[in-house]
Amino acid sequence: MIGLLPAFVVIPLIAAFILPLFGKKGKDAATILANAVILLLLVLAVVAVYSGKQGIYEIGDWSIPLGINLVLDGLSALMLLAIATVATAAMLFSARYMEQYTAKAKYLSLFLLMVAGMNGVVLSGDIFNLFVFLEIASLASYALVGFGCGHEELEASFKYMVLGSVGSIFILFSVGLVYGHTGTLNMAYISQTIQNNGGLNAGLTFALALFIVGFGLKAALVPFHAWLPDAHPSAPAPISAMLSGILIKTLGVYALSRVVFNIFGVSQATGWLIIVLGLISMIIGAFLAIGQEDLKRLMAYSSISQIGYVVLGIGLGAALIQKGEDKLASLAILGGLFHLVNHAVYKSLLFLNSGSIEMATGTRRLEQMGGLAAKLPYTRATCAVASASIVGIPPFSGFWSKLILIIAAILAGYYWIAAIIVFVSLCTLIMYLKVHRYVFLGQLPEKLQNARENKGTMLFAMAFLACLCILMGLLVIIPGLKEAVLDPAVKVLTGGFEYSRFVIGPGG
Amino acid sequence: MKGMTVIVKTISSWVKVLIILFGIYIILFGHLTPGGGFAGGVILASSYVMLMLAFGREFVQKDLPLSLDSKLDCLGAVAFAMIAVLGYVFGKSFFDNFLSQFGRHLRLISSGTIPLSNIAIGLKVGASLFLVIFILSTFRRDSSDDKQE
Repeated sequence: MIGLLPAFVVIPLIAAFILPLFGKKGKDAATILANAVILLLLVLAVVAVYSGKQGIYEIGDWSIPLGINLVLDGLSALMLLAIATVATAAMLFSARYMEQYTAKAKYLSLFLLMVAGMNGVVLSGDIFNLFVFLEIASLASYALVGFGCGHEELEASFKYMVLGSVGSIFILFSVGLVYGHTGTLNMAYISQTIQNNGGLNAGLTFALALFIVGFGLKAALVPFHAWLPDAHPSAPAPISAMLSGILIKTLGVYALSRVVFNIFGVSQATGWLIIVLGLISMIIGAFLAIGQEDLKRLMAYSSISQIGYVVLGIGLGAALIQKGEDKLASLAILGGLFHLVNHAVYKSLLFLNSGSIEMATGTRRLEQMGGLAAKLPYTRATCAVASASIVGIPPFSGFWSKLILIIAAILAGYYWIAAIIVFVSLCTLIMYLKVHRYVFLGQLPEKLQNARENKGTMLFAMAFLACLCILMGLLVIIPGLKEAVLDPAVKVLTGGFEYSRFVIGPGG
Repeated sequence: MKGMTVIVKTISSWVKVLIILFGIYIILFGHLTPGGGFAGGVILASSYVMLMLAFGREFVQKDLPLSLDSKLDCLGAVAFAMIAVLGYVFGKSFFDNFLSQFGRHLRLISSGTIPLSNIAIGLKVGASLFLVIFILSTFRRDSSDDKQE
């Protein structure tokens, strides 16, 4: 398995550059090739998680810290699986949905480039390499947001590009500062140097602050969220699913937690900073979402609110590790990571639903829809499953992750955090009741009498994700699955500096 | 009137050859002298940019159509990735320099896969940089409404 690690980056990268050669005539062949590549990645990711193998891969046979290494550990494997799952569904959905647009081969090429970038971010063991992959994924996503080439799309894409570049600059400066203070770019060696120096000096603390701002911008946490509500609705529906489902988590939450837990080491202050960012995102995202009149914009704000849950769990874990309560910390981090995976599945399903609705009705305005339950029965059913999951109704997946978060907060004695989690869940319920009320119930407008369900791959993609929404709860209920899938990821974060010992090895 | 004066056109059609040759030199000797794939690729692209300035956009289009340019761009990227994959097939790991035993030090044929990678990068950078400049120049002309594609 370890020998195949570069395949996660190389296969989509090569396919991305072969696809534009197909041109207009080979559109179907290009679609099949792109789907096959993503399916292959899904198989590889399942093998990576299932085999439970961990290890490092030295590129070009140069040993670290001279060369660049790829690291597969529990957290990377979990993220790879999440990326591949969402990408599979989005790619299947695109096969039919993207027929509305021109230049499909270019779209597929950018899509694969984005996947290659995200896989690279998750696997890279070198902080500058992580930045490069992050830029690959970001640049592909800037182009994809503006893919419709309409006025609104280009404006959103430009705004996203400016703010995304600001975030990247923060990260780049921070990488420079870290290099200046530790003399290495390998994440494990940076961590080792920090341990040997007995903590952070002023420069490294500043670098950590820059990292939190940069990755916070990529994750769209609340003070830095301004680009997301424009960018995510403007993109084509499968791309919205990718962006909200997995991109903000890979570039934002994954990178942030890797840097905070494994490189710099947790402290009470960073833990609470992350908790506060998470709580603000949850509350403000939910409040802003309720007022929206545009279906995809509502879902985009809801993404901000949900990413708050993930970050809250991780921040709570950081604060608890520092207090020495390792068991509670693992519970909080388990809640956060499980919510991350759950949110990837149901939010991408919701965005695919919105794409299906938009394709059938030609509008995203909530007040122009209504009574579509009879016309779009499958979309409605899958949307109901996804909404139940995001709100947290048992036995759907979202319930379990929120339950774990609440239990962790209560056991740690933070009753007010548990209360806020429940309160934001209620706000989420209001949002999605509103979606169902306006879209599926009520009077069917005259114009939409001819709305028809989209069959074929779009339906299959939605059904696939809906099944996952129902079954994901099993990940924590069945004991063996939890140990195999989620626990290794949690251990990576609670282990903290273990990461550097794992990468460098006992002799280092 | 298309392009610039006769003097500019004549000179630039002579200089074009020199610039392209210089670009190729920079790419091929990238592992021995300063420069390499990226710098040489930029020089290659600049020769076509000069032609575009002197003769106008249509002339360059005939010489190097956009579709061919974009194919070269993809080809360069695929070639670079393939060199890396060949390292995996014939050597120990991905990006392994599996040809390093050939040639003598400080000669043109040396350093294994590095010159090959330089050629691939030169192709990629030259084609894509020219593509970027060409597309930007198109946008300036019909900025009013026309969308690309």
